[in-house]
Amino acid sequence: MTRIDLPTDERTVRALRCGDFVEIYGILLTGRDLAHAYLFKEHRPEFVERLKGRFIYHCGPVVKKVKDGWEVLSAGPTTSTREEPYQAKVDQDYGIRGVIGKGGMGPKTLEGLKAHGAVYLSAVGGAGAVAAACIKKVRAVYMLEEFGVPDAFWEFEVEKFPAIVTMDSHGESLHKNIKEESEKVLKELLKA
Amino acid sequence: MEWNVLASLKGIDITNPSVELIRLCACVLREDIKKRIVEARGKELEGSTSQKVFDTILENAKVAAEKSLPMCQDTGMAIFWVHHPKGISQSGLESQLVKAIKKATKRSYLRPNTIDSLSGKNPGDNSGKGTPVFHFHEWNKDTIKVDLMLKGGGSENVSAQYKLPDIPLAAGRDLEGVRRCVLDAVFKAQGEGCSPGVIGVCMGGARDTGYSAAKEALLKDLDVPNPAPELREFEERLVKDINALGIGPMGFGGKTTTIGVKVTALARHPATFYVSVAYTCWALRRYSMTIRSRKGGVIYD
Repeated sequence: MTRIDLPTDERTVRALRCGDFVEIYGILLTGRDLAHAYLFKEHRPEFVERLKGRFIYHCGPVVKKVKDGWEVLSAGPTTSTREEPYQAKVDQDYGIRGVIGKGGMGPKTLEGLKAHGAVYLSAVGGAGAVAAACIKKVRAVYMLEEFGVPDAFWEFEVEKFPAIVTMDSHGESLHKNIKEESEKVLKELLKA
Repeated sequence: MEWNVLASLKGIDITNPSVELIRLCACVLREDIKKRIVEARGKELEGSTSQKVFDTILENAKVAAEKSLPMCQDTGMAIFWVHHPKGISQSGLESQLVKAIKKATKRSYLRPNTIDSLSGKNPGDNSGKGTPVFHFHEWNKDTIKVDLMLKGGGSENVSAQYKLPDIPLAAGRDLEGVRRCVLDAVFKAQGEGCSPGVIGVCMGGARDTGYSAAKEALLKDLDVPNPAPELREFEERLVKDINALGIGPMGFGGKTTTIGVKVTALARHPATFYVSVAYTCWALRRYSMTIRSRKGGVIYD
């Protein structure tokens, strides 16, 4: 188990390898479909500060408004491939060192992780209540009015947030490997 | 019977019992599913990544049920199947279910999960044209039965429809052709639909009814075998083949890629033969509610 404190740096994430279990501490930002398109279409300097050295989490949480802010009730990962057109550029432009999601991402992102020095981490899809328990505080929320709850940028302070490195900065992707292996089996099963 | 029904159910308001139905769906993992997750966990190597995924799923089920938290932050799109006796107002039930959805959203059992497709705005209360999805049926019983499925977006995205014959898959208009389509859909889904999935398949029907029936097939208890022997055998073969793919929980690799397959068939047009594959995540969030009278006695299953 490797502990990662955010913000982190290129050297730390380059030391991570596909298959490593990590626990994340510190501040991360959620971002999904609207957020990635927003960061991609135009450079938003205020988000460099918010994202530099940090991880972006593909997640649209269930939150509850409480007296002095927000409580997070459920916050597991959403499917990452939808951000494939944007991820590599967004990582590079905003200095993001890690992406947390589910299902893995494609070749463009994998190339980007290698060139820029970042990792892709998987959390367990559907395990939203367990993930929410690792979120200690909602520090801020950006673009809530414009994007709505699921798509807004939520700034979370996390402790002991568990994830598995499934794409590293050396070109390894567990998702690619499993796809290739299962394709071989599929071909066997489909033999006439 | 008609008179009795009207006496015991007339003026019924199902709003509050339906809020509880929604809470169960969002927050409590079904027992038949939990049993299969435990079985799947037992098949993986001690200390493996896939076993850890199953541990997390079970831990999540415990925390979510205890605290009434949504198991998954994507609380899906709600699909209702309502059976009611003659003499009960459909529009009344519909507006009560819409009200229940709004109430459940306020209580944070549901995420505000509807977006106006044209403006891109989220109304914040799960309202919107065409949502929730309703299927109403009048039946010859003296009870109201409401089935609810909360269908997540990730698994909906990997659901697929094929038309037979499918040349690249060498899939013809028979069970073998259907098998090829299902395997292709599950292979393409990899871990994106939150495997191990529960997979509903409909052969035949029209494009719209095919998808609908594939989802409806998943309302049956996983432990109750298909009454049609040919389909039962076919389902068992599909489970075996899908698990041979080795995609495993969350697509990390492993012995279990599906925890259940249900196949159903509709009549088709001579020119068409659709195979509709409804993929749901491991949680298969669905419950049913039966109401006998307005004085109480609501049964959840």
